[in-house]
Amino acid sequence: MSFELQASVRARNFDMALSLAEGETVAILGPNGAGKSTLLGVIAGLLRPDAGSARIGHKDLFKLDGRTHFWSPPHLRGTALLAQEALLFPHLNALDNVAFGPRSGGASKAAARETAQHWLAEVDALPLADRKPSQLSGGQAQRVAVARALAAQPELLLLDEPMSALDIHAAPLLRRVLKRVLRDRKAIIVTHDILDAYMLADRVIVVEKGRIAEEGSTRQVLERPRSHFAAGLAGLNLVSGTIASEGITTPDGRVFAGQHDPDWSPVPGQAGVAAFPPSSVSVFLGDVHGSPRNSFPVTITDLEPYGDQIRVRAGDGHSAQALSADITPAASADLGLVPGMEVRFVVKSALVSVYPA
Amino acid sequence: MIKRSGYHGIPRWIYGVAAVGGLLMVLPLAAMLLRVNWPQFIPLITSESSLAALGLSLRTSAASTVLCVVLGVPLALVLARSEFPGQRLLRSFVLLPLVLPPVVGGLALLYTFGRQGLLGKSLELAGIQIAFSTSAVVLAQTFVALPFLVVSLEGALRSAGSRYEAVAATLGARPTTVLRRVTLPLVLPGLASGAVLSFARSLGEFGATLTFAGSLEGITRTLPLEIYLQREADADAAVALSLVLVAVAVAVVGLSYGRRRSSSPVEVGP
Repeated sequence: MSFELQASVRARNFDMALSLAEGETVAILGPNGAGKSTLLGVIAGLLRPDAGSARIGHKDLFKLDGRTHFWSPPHLRGTALLAQEALLFPHLNALDNVAFGPRSGGASKAAARETAQHWLAEVDALPLADRKPSQLSGGQAQRVAVARALAAQPELLLLDEPMSALDIHAAPLLRRVLKRVLRDRKAIIVTHDILDAYMLADRVIVVEKGRIAEEGSTRQVLERPRSHFAAGLAGLNLVSGTIASEGITTPDGRVFAGQHDPDWSPVPGQAGVAAFPPSSVSVFLGDVHGSPRNSFPVTITDLEPYGDQIRVRAGDGHSAQALSADITPAASADLGLVPGMEVRFVVKSALVSVYPA
Repeated sequence: MIKRSGYHGIPRWIYGVAAVGGLLMVLPLAAMLLRVNWPQFIPLITSESSLAALGLSLRTSAASTVLCVVLGVPLALVLARSEFPGQRLLRSFVLLPLVLPPVVGGLALLYTFGRQGLLGKSLELAGIQIAFSTSAVVLAQTFVALPFLVVSLEGALRSAGSRYEAVAATLGARPTTVLRRVTLPLVLPGLASGAVLSFARSLGEFGATLTFAGSLEGITRTLPLEIYLQREADADAAVALSLVLVAVAVAVVGLSYGRRRSSSPVEVGP
């Protein structure tokens, strides 16, 4: 059974449409305030959109337009929500927390506990069954919360940054558990961690400012990002503009020459992007002689350590398209780089990928 | 003087004023304790009229506490969790008995449930008479005690937030199940202290009871009314009964505030 949604929330400038095939796990990536949690709230029935519709298979979750006003309450939707915090009911032990869903679904106490034991075992938390939530660590509590969500037999599982409140030691274990239980299961996982998308999801949707900015397979989005957010995740500089003969031209007239796939024939004037790693950018003081291609005056905004390199971030003042360059600490010291300095970025055109936006 | 180490920012003279405030609370109680006729204490509080008043007070206060819980829980839920026009106005009216002189409350009740009152006429036709009966005592006590339960529970509901309820709903629990299995257990401490405060307020109720229910021995003459009546006839009995009320009040305050919540999460390994 597939899932389909289209919804708009005017007050939050939110307007998205997406669908999931049976057994598909989709990762929603995006900056803070992009509308990720709003999306989950709308699906779970905790937030009412102004207009739209959603359904799982033939079952309508909501249908709000000029004529129909159908709104199914959260408990009838079969969309269990796992939040950043485990939110285990503090007055129930782990077993009864997990048994909560089956009990609410009408199962007998004994049957519900049996189901709960099964799911606790699935998340490697059976020894914690008798503990109260206050006696569990963050990672343990989140695993129990996963079991609780699964025990409710949701048709669609919603995960809202389930790893973000965990310390770095607890996250890998939960990630392994999720990888196991999300297999062949319809789920939407909101995350800001590319690793989650890569490990857990079949497909990635990048959202920005309440809209879907791009979507595709995780690999495709990372290798060929079209949104600035995805480019940032992939560690690439991204410049958008229109296709020109040798690369792309930005709206402010700069030309980025680069390479494109041999099987793609670019049409001049078409919208396109150029992506290149910060390591392909060199920094120079003053004018550059020789090839003037891919050479731009910029103003340094920040310097920060990045691995064993220094990442030089720069904007050109009037364009929002910030660029980064990675150079060695020695080179940085040699050039005497400081924020506010005017320098020249030179990009090797052999390392610039140009593709349609 | 102060156990806590480090800077606390309290000027020295504040302690002096605070001590005066504390004395204002403690001194009258001490004065009353000194006035108690100890050799006669047990016979005084076990006289027939005393026992009748004490029994009536406990029974009516228990009944009005139950009524406060039954009516106050829905009121607190509606005030804390939903939004509707006139909500602030409703909250103001629910809190009104806290600041209203009880005798005014009693008058208001009389004009509602009294023989010539708003509802009283219809009730009279149905053969039900409330004013000057034990029911009137319970009603008067509920009227003045309900705000204590609502305020206490509304605060607990607001600080608990509704995130647990949202999770419970997405797990498939109907609203009534969520209320029974999640909301109420979460706010149980707030509900308990609200109920205890309501009981205490009911036990001490005087003005509204006297106005609306009168002072009929065994029917409407609760402990405070008995004390007021005995004050001139038998001062020793009045003081002894007062001490009983003070003891109950101390126990109630200890019950609701003495217990610090000890639910800080335990740190354990991942």
